[in-house]
Amino acid sequence: MMNATALHDIALIVAFVAIGIAQIMAMIRLVIGPDTGDRILALDTMVVNAIGLIVLLGIAQGTQVFFEAALIIAMLGFVSTVAYARFVLRGDIIE
Amino acid sequence: MTLEIFGTYFVAACLFVGAAFALVGSIGLLKLNDSMTRLHAPTKVGTMGIGALLLASMVQSFVRGEGSLHEMLIMGFLFVTAPISANFIAKVQMHRRACVPPPAPLGDETWSTFDTPEADRVIDSPEDRPA
Repeated sequence: MMNATALHDIALIVAFVAIGIAQIMAMIRLVIGPDTGDRILALDTMVVNAIGLIVLLGIAQGTQVFFEAALIIAMLGFVSTVAYARFVLRGDIIE
Repeated sequence: MTLEIFGTYFVAACLFVGAAFALVGSIGLLKLNDSMTRLHAPTKVGTMGIGALLLASMVQSFVRGEGSLHEMLIMGFLFVTAPISANFIAKVQMHRRACVPPPAPLGDETWSTFDTPEADRVIDSPEDRPA
């Protein structure tokens, strides 16, 4: 049976690598596109992955200081997704 | 096995689950070949992936002895807002004709997202535009 701390460290590295690869794949979808809806979706996914990376950084360093950053990025990500979609739908954000 | 060691194993398991869901969701975003099917894949990143990572963060803070539950705020916010942004993105794809259009509803009505209210009808010619 593997030591609990060693397994925890391996899990942290695996999670960092997996979310980094996920972020790169979402960025490829953001670049290739083909339509505006896909680009908005890719940006939304990138925001969610960024929250995951910040949470992982907080676990790795054993601090709680990254919690506010993750919460603010979650709020900004939702508002920017809705604003972008609304701009495409209506041609204006606040009417 | 003490509770602390069990908690560390639980954190590691949650990290594996979250990383797997984040990876699978982004593979789906990249590989699926229809815009509406692409919409479904990244929802798993938001709920299961980030949910498991935040659960790991909470359990780890209890393992270290300074228990905190305020990651529940991020979790609740993400779970509440994910369907709203997915609905907006689906509407964008329907309006830009990037997907197969939905079948027409019964009668002579249109779907509500295509139904412009009377006050918002676009004025076609520039002469009709109010000064």
